[in-house]
Amino acid sequence: MIHQLSVFIENKSGTLLQILELLKNAGIQLVATNIVDTMDYGICRIIATQPQLACTILQEAGMSANLNEVFAIQLDNHPGSAADAIAAFAQEGVGIVYLYSFLLGGKGVLIFRTDNTERAQVIIKESGLQVINENDLQALT
Amino acid sequence: MIWNPNKECMSRDEMRELQGRRLHKIVDYVYHNVPFYRHKLQEMDIEPDDIKSIDDIVKLPFTTKQDLRDNYPYGLQAAPQSEIVRVHASSGTTGNPTIVGYTRKDVGVWSECMSRCLTAYGITREDTFSVAYGYGLFTGGLGAHYGVENLGATVVPASTGNTEKHLRLIRDLHITGIACTPSYALHLAETMDKMGIKKEEIRLRVGAFGAEPWTEDMRREIENRLGLQGFNLYGLSEIMGPCVSYECECKNGSHICEDHFFPEIINPDTLQPLPNGQHGELVFTTLTKEGMPLLRYRTRDLCSLMEGDCECGRTSIRMSRIMGRSDDMLIIRGINVFPSQVESVILSTKEFEPQYQLIVDRIDNLDRLTVRVELRNEYMTDLLPELAALENKLSEKLKSVLSIRAKVQLLPQGTLERSQGKSRRVIDNRKL
Repeated sequence: MIHQLSVFIENKSGTLLQILELLKNAGIQLVATNIVDTMDYGICRIIATQPQLACTILQEAGMSANLNEVFAIQLDNHPGSAADAIAAFAQEGVGIVYLYSFLLGGKGVLIFRTDNTERAQVIIKESGLQVINENDLQALT
Repeated sequence: MIWNPNKECMSRDEMRELQGRRLHKIVDYVYHNVPFYRHKLQEMDIEPDDIKSIDDIVKLPFTTKQDLRDNYPYGLQAAPQSEIVRVHASSGTTGNPTIVGYTRKDVGVWSECMSRCLTAYGITREDTFSVAYGYGLFTGGLGAHYGVENLGATVVPASTGNTEKHLRLIRDLHITGIACTPSYALHLAETMDKMGIKKEEIRLRVGAFGAEPWTEDMRREIENRLGLQGFNLYGLSEIMGPCVSYECECKNGSHICEDHFFPEIINPDTLQPLPNGQHGELVFTTLTKEGMPLLRYRTRDLCSLMEGDCECGRTSIRMSRIMGRSDDMLIIRGINVFPSQVESVILSTKEFEPQYQLIVDRIDNLDRLTVRVELRNEYMTDLLPELAALENKLSEKLKSVLSIRAKVQLLPQGTLERSQGKSRRVIDNRKL
């Protein structure tokens, strides 16, 4: 599993820019981002190089930021690879809470969280899905 | 029309004589039945027989909301529990609600005074009257209800909420009078527009509005939109409930039922009585109450008193509109809310910083309370439903303490101003 940074975003213009500039000034590279929003606020989820440092920087700047672990899986770049990967979870009745994807070095990457981390780890192992860790990400970027 | 000319039009001398006798009796009663008052009076070296006329009231100690809270639940009750036929409760500032017990006689006095109010508004037995205050622990609903029944008009216990159904009843039952908060009256007018009901289709003639501050502009707007005459109705649960004072057709101050509730105006800082006409804090002494009589209860409402005969024929003393509060209490949808109540709820949580801000808005003529709180960093999560659950949990806790729904707005830790001393904890955007 890899670290994902979650930052609370007030529904106010300039907040996202503030986050991104703080990371930029620290030389931290974004690998992927995803924003979920409600009427009043949002959560910005970030995969970055040096997640611990990123979290500290944002917290010190007065942001509500925290780290948590998410699954990261590498897919072959062909039609249907995502469907095949997710099917394993569906068959076992493990739900995907959220998911986002991006391309990295010609390969697809799925970032996701499930409603049962332990079962999900077993499923990933048994179905031979290719897990990527933070070192892999560093190597790919 | 005047419901009780004997009392409402009594000569000033007779009234003061009656008040003096009743004051002596009530001081004697609390001295022998309420240890809290006996101790206070003994400390001040006052005996019931020292009270010879109403002028002697200035010798008596004050009672505050804090005293009610300290003596929760029944410490200030004078009558034995077997004589108490009803209990109402209003929200306290920190946890303990204020409990008020009424004897059968108290309920009778309340209904009679409420009938005086309704008669002054022009309500008779021929009217059908809708009570749209909340029924329950709040005194508004049942207080007005009993007055309408006592008068002999037809009461429709509509309570609050379900505005569309209520409007259909107003139209179809030919309801002629209504008691509610002024902001609810405006909400009714708006809902009427949305439903396409014209004011010519309804027969509302009289509105009794109270439980929250309102202005002459609001009165004009309500009167225009609902086609009725709007009158002020004042009361507070500690003293009785709605019925304490009422406007007559002259709409020049509210006549106080002063044979039961003796008013004074004091300087809230020095606690010295102020002459009629001067603004200050309104203080009431219940002259006839059996359940929970109170001596010189500080209402925290700021207003002035006016003496002099009114063109309506009543001689009773009148109070001006409430100009504000001498504490930080907010009145939201007719319910009393203290910022300290919100603070105590937030301090009891672990997920939020002890900083908060209250924002009060009036949207579509309904008061909305927003509580802005800061989420502690360690409770920041990647899951939206978890944040929503935190909001809901706090909202539910606030609802149980405040009796009104508040919208919780999450903020990142450190957002709210942390100035030394006076931080702006309350922003009231209502134009009152």
